[in-house]
Amino acid sequence: MKATDDIPQAEQIADTPPGILTARPIQWRRAKLHDSRMETRTARTLVFDVPGWTEHRAGQHVDIKLTAENGYTAQRSYSIASASAPGRLEITVQAISDGEVSPYLVETMAPGDELELRGPIGGWFQWTEQLTEPILLIGGGSGIVPLMAMLRERIRVDSNAPFRLLYVARTPDHIFYANELYSIGQSNSDVIIDRLYSRAGLPDDPRTPGRLGLEDIPRPTFGETGSTRVYVCGPSGFVEGATQLLQSGGHQPTAIRTERFGPT
Amino acid sequence: MAVFSRGFGGNRTPSDPRIPPGQYLTEDFPVLSAGPTPHVDLADWTLDISDVDGHRNTLSWDQLMDLPSEEFTADLHCVTKWTKLGTMWRGVPVETLLGGTQSDAEYAMIHSYGGYTTNLPIDDLLLGNAWVVFEYDGAALAPVHGGPARLLVPHLYLWKSAKWINGIELRRQDKLGFWEGFGYHAYGDPWREQRYEGD
Repeated sequence: MKATDDIPQAEQIADTPPGILTARPIQWRRAKLHDSRMETRTARTLVFDVPGWTEHRAGQHVDIKLTAENGYTAQRSYSIASASAPGRLEITVQAISDGEVSPYLVETMAPGDELELRGPIGGWFQWTEQLTEPILLIGGGSGIVPLMAMLRERIRVDSNAPFRLLYVARTPDHIFYANELYSIGQSNSDVIIDRLYSRAGLPDDPRTPGRLGLEDIPRPTFGETGSTRVYVCGPSGFVEGATQLLQSGGHQPTAIRTERFGPT
Repeated sequence: MAVFSRGFGGNRTPSDPRIPPGQYLTEDFPVLSAGPTPHVDLADWTLDISDVDGHRNTLSWDQLMDLPSEEFTADLHCVTKWTKLGTMWRGVPVETLLGGTQSDAEYAMIHSYGGYTTNLPIDDLLLGNAWVVFEYDGAALAPVHGGPARLLVPHLYLWKSAKWINGIELRRQDKLGFWEGFGYHAYGDPWREQRYEGD
């Protein structure tokens, strides 16, 4: 296990598109919980120390493996929430009441505890600083996680790409990263953050709570740097609805990338 | 050497020889995709089959419906870790579609409405393990699950079972499809846990 920790996670060959890995197995790595914070009553951000982790693209995910004392193992995938950083990554986990893995991660795991993870996985649903065209991010519920990684990465690399986030959550209590989203919106003139509530909002909200509608969707822009590139993430039903609205609103299907979570 | 996670004792997934390593059992039918769901009119639907010698055959929906189809049960294994057992389908076996193809094709690239592709060795399509399906659980296959028709190759991870199939391109040489090009395994056998390149 020790010897592999020094091997870079992935090698980028100069001419290949981002996300292409060389033909070596993606190693399981030991990760230790360093810190955590609750985003809502039932969702928790976990900050892992991962020796040997070099970097990842915003939007990629990791596979997590838990091993019980009797040898039983369970694996799940989680989007990486943090911007790229060596030796460390964050995930945000929504506890699912009858879940097998998420209740452990949200309620039981404590700093110092360990698990195994491997990655980064994925190369389609990702944003990198080479992309200068306007970006529209649409997240439903816990679908905000990979989009948050993209926002954080934009800030980390000091990109000028115009970003707009539509974040649909049931109520203000369901919003992840609330303070950080507010401060990002306040301090970056090219980043617009819209929180939309589907069940109940704040007393002074101009928008009546409800599911995403055509009037919520910005039209595509066609500028010098290209036309709007869209990322949609959330439960499948949410993604289905959002992609239909986007197409009705003039966005080309080829400009829309999706990632779906959840049962159906 | 395993890394134990203190306090983890989950054991909800029963030990079942039908469940490949690293998978968990679900009663749901999760939907995953790379982009928006294409919607195709049956009147416009075609399945394009091309061979290495340039021969090309295009099937309309009516022609697909005229071919002998069968009902069967399959277990589904998705690379995102879920497994769904005992799903019911109706479809045309791929070897019926490929007819008496005598070409020296060794591989196939499957094409879908919306631009998705995936690659398979020809044997995985011809030896009784692959169908073009159009009914799920006794009803017309919903677009969100790949309707009007999708490929179903249950012995491989489900990303190989291309939704919204519209072409089978026979090839002499293998070429990586959509997810394979992003680092997913070229073959994808769930029993050897071939999720990613190099596994």
